[in-house]
Amino acid sequence: MVKEIERAGIPVVHMCTVTPISLTVGANRIVPTVAIPYPLGKPDLSPEEEYKLRSELIDKALKALMTEVTDQTIFE
Amino acid sequence: MSKFKVVHYINQFFGQIGSEDMADFPAEKRQGPVGPGIAFQQAFGDKAEITATIISGDSWFNENLETAKALVLEMVREEKPDLFVAGPAFNAGRYGVACGTIADAVQTELGIPAVTGMYEENPGADMFREKVYTIATGDNAAGMRKVVPLMAKLGLKLMTGEAIGASIEDGYLPNGIRKNFFDKERGAARAVNMLMKKLADKPFVTEYPMPSFDRVEPQPAIKDITKAQIAIVTSGGIVPKGNPDRIESSSATKYGAYNIEGVDDLTAETYETAHGGYDPVYANEDADRVVPVDVLRQYEKDGKIGKLHNWFYSTVGNGTSVANSKRFAVDIAEKLVSQGVDAVILTST
Repeated sequence: MVKEIERAGIPVVHMCTVTPISLTVGANRIVPTVAIPYPLGKPDLSPEEEYKLRSELIDKALKALMTEVTDQTIFE
Repeated sequence: MSKFKVVHYINQFFGQIGSEDMADFPAEKRQGPVGPGIAFQQAFGDKAEITATIISGDSWFNENLETAKALVLEMVREEKPDLFVAGPAFNAGRYGVACGTIADAVQTELGIPAVTGMYEENPGADMFREKVYTIATGDNAAGMRKVVPLMAKLGLKLMTGEAIGASIEDGYLPNGIRKNFFDKERGAARAVNMLMKKLADKPFVTEYPMPSFDRVEPQPAIKDITKAQIAIVTSGGIVPKGNPDRIESSSATKYGAYNIEGVDDLTAETYETAHGGYDPVYANEDADRVVPVDVLRQYEKDGKIGKLHNWFYSTVGNGTSVANSKRFAVDIAEKLVSQGVDAVILTST
């Protein structure tokens, strides 16, 4: 899905936990996330802390979208 | 001659520990065969014995790849086996990645041969088929009876040092190594047969598939994110409560487009996941954990992004065929382009 959307001309940032799979499917901008059932969350945190964690991950994703890449790149 | 020793790796599901709610189960070693190991034991007969079975949760392994690999490797080392068998994983993505990762490590770090089994679209197959003999399987566990004898036979060959045949003979996914063998029919006859089938619109199998290097060049970066319209797409199966489009929990044949105009937060009352391949508890509690509408809506209000697109697109990436995923995404991309979307955040579980 990442590839077909990017092929259509829109940059995609793939946010996922198992980054080797993302590399295999051909994502160009990759942001590693927390866990498979809750990529952008962490249920044991308080709602405020969890929101903060999610916004930090989104910040990384936005930064990835603003970064020129020539090859597959993982934004740690 | 004494029996060969085999160690078998399986996931929490085949290890009869539990389903998605037990996917965080850390690796555990049991004596003797468990689950599909019993069928392997029968296939090995008196030539080899499964001395131990290592069971671990799919999520646990994939979320902790390095530590999981080290821990399972140590468990295998203690057994000093002659062969390591992983899976088969069929079309289960996390399981396939785990099988490939550990089988590859057992070979390179312990010098013990390994065999696994997967469906060709399993992401683990692409990652490891050139490193580990991977018997081709169907896309679900109904094929167990067919695949076990093939994996056992190849495993025995690896232990006895008997020559491995070509992929088409021994049933593994092509691994990039060409083997010569004498076919029953000569080339001219095979070519004519293939042509006849092709002319009659019947299925035929090429003997020399063209390599597919399907990479997409990265699109240029977004110059000014504060003016960009951003859309969320997910394979995590987030849908409005009740799953109005009836997206399937696995092997999805459709995707959904959901309007989020005026929605600031996805709540347990309004959204849930249709995905059957991970523990749904956390996404059902708060779907923002997969589709982060709350943060992006706030960013839109704060002017950190131009606009959050009015729709999010969702399907279930669980055993869903590459062909279907591709079809969904081509469709979604067309809509996104026509609506002037500048960038996509795609989340996967």
